[in-house]
Amino acid sequence: MHSQAEPGNEEFLLSGNAPEERYLMKVTGNVWKFGDDIDTDLIIPARYLTTSDPNELAKHCMEDADPGFAGKVASGDIIVADKNFGCGSSREHAPIAIKAAGVSCVIAKSFARIFYRNAFNMGLAILECEDADTFKTGDRLSVDFDTGEIILLDSEKSYSTKPIPPFMQELVQSGGLMKYIEKRIK
Amino acid sequence: MTLVEKILAARAGLIEVSPGQFINVNVDLVMAHDLTASIAIRQFKELGAKNVFDPNKVALVPDHFVPTKDIASAEVNKNLREFAREQQIIYFECGQKSGIEHVILPEKGLVLPGDVVVGADSHTCTYGAVGAFSTGMGSTDIAVAMATGEIWLKVPPTIKFVYSGQPGPWIGGKDLILHTIGQIGVDGALYSVMEFTGSVIDQLTMDDRFTMANMAIEAGAKAGVFAVDEKTLEYVNARARRPFEVYASDPDAEYAQVITYDLSEMEPQVSCPHSPENTVPVSQTAGVKIDQAVIGSCTNGRLKDMAEAAQVLKGRQVHPSLRCIIIPGSQEVYLAALREGFIETFIEAGAAVSTPTCGPCVGGHTGVLAAGERCISTTNRNFVGRMGSPEAEVYLASPAVAAASAVAGEIINPEEVVR
Repeated sequence: MHSQAEPGNEEFLLSGNAPEERYLMKVTGNVWKFGDDIDTDLIIPARYLTTSDPNELAKHCMEDADPGFAGKVASGDIIVADKNFGCGSSREHAPIAIKAAGVSCVIAKSFARIFYRNAFNMGLAILECEDADTFKTGDRLSVDFDTGEIILLDSEKSYSTKPIPPFMQELVQSGGLMKYIEKRIK
Repeated sequence: MTLVEKILAARAGLIEVSPGQFINVNVDLVMAHDLTASIAIRQFKELGAKNVFDPNKVALVPDHFVPTKDIASAEVNKNLREFAREQQIIYFECGQKSGIEHVILPEKGLVLPGDVVVGADSHTCTYGAVGAFSTGMGSTDIAVAMATGEIWLKVPPTIKFVYSGQPGPWIGGKDLILHTIGQIGVDGALYSVMEFTGSVIDQLTMDDRFTMANMAIEAGAKAGVFAVDEKTLEYVNARARRPFEVYASDPDAEYAQVITYDLSEMEPQVSCPHSPENTVPVSQTAGVKIDQAVIGSCTNGRLKDMAEAAQVLKGRQVHPSLRCIIIPGSQEVYLAALREGFIETFIEAGAAVSTPTCGPCVGGHTGVLAAGERCISTTNRNFVGRMGSPEAEVYLASPAVAAASAVAGEIINPEEVVR
């Protein structure tokens, strides 16, 4: 993956959607743990879809799975789930809501395909990790997007994640799908 | 190659494709609805695109919060209408010849065999019923497809499902797909194509095939497809206004998996809260009291579904303890149901009949559930909060089971109501 060094020793990744926004290549955050098959209605119920304003959507993020989530989650926190995260609807409001709630990345055993694609397009970092079920709410993780390595800070134990397909890395490197296409249609 | 691999190869301008390959394909139709089009329009403008790639291949179908339910949804729809006028694209206004997107696009001959269709709605996979490759995507991907007429795809592997045996009465496409999802789970076909085959499939009506393809996404699939046969050709030839190409899987096509079901003893199926994979035979849910029955949606809002509900409700009464809401999927279905006398049957039975809309299925309007309420529905999802309160419960079933349950006041096998 892209790894252009920025001032200081932190590395940054351009987001897929908004080029002015930048994503840390390495994040540290608290885990909020969810189970299998977290669907898009749990992530953002359809009753709120008359708006696509990220800040409005963020207020209802994960509402039907954990009613207090939007009030508890802190900037940089990490959502961890088991299999098939994001199943259901194609609503892009789902990754938008998660990102706007301040979540730095989502780690799951597997992702539903439309959500996977949408997350890339919205610049929400997602990682597939077979050991996702070993993490629990309150754990502190350090995630390196460049190497795909996750470190559980209490134990310093390291976990690996599934590499992002080269084609999608290319999309990320050109600044996301929007940037990739903008260049082509100009 | 499989049917889908052949379509994708043709639209990518390649002789051959294989699972896992990343390709760029030309699309035959791009679609979005009221809830997803707003973001797509915003992204389209953000791209700096002036015009859609081909106004005859881009369709907007407001159907979720239609007729508009509040000021916010009216604003959303106004935005769609203005974009559609400005771009001169295909637009289905509420009323007119409109309805639920996945009912009307095949009905109007806008999706045909061999097409690649992408839509900003997860149930875009419905068009696999006519032998097209169609799949749901997010609004940003759809904005890109609107601007360029192309989309990138990873060629999916195909899982072949073979249905055999002699299914009993009241078994239709809904029972087959609920049973399948119950067996393989909500991620049982993740990233894959489900190809539906076998002697039972050959006997199915087109409306039953739409129901099955529609719910492929509920198993995590990218598409659900059927081979084109005489029924398909009869359906599309009556509607097509452009040429189309029929592709078929080769006898030696490679499948990731082949799964066989014998349906001989199968009862009507019901998926219990809160996942479509919680499927059981109807007898296992018998006696569950319900507060509401909904018959309609992109899954079961077609004429055969209306006929099935009418057959059950004819000369009977909706139980006084519940509401039965019936929603034909399009103006065309509505009118045909009216002419067949189904609408009269529904109203005489005490059902509420609504103009076409997705309303209750997404907990939007026209049948939203309160806490503690239980609904039997012919829709496609029974997730927590899907049809309203997160404390409500949704059971998924066929129109026959939903109608019979509406009469009985509790979930019941239609056989026990229609003797």
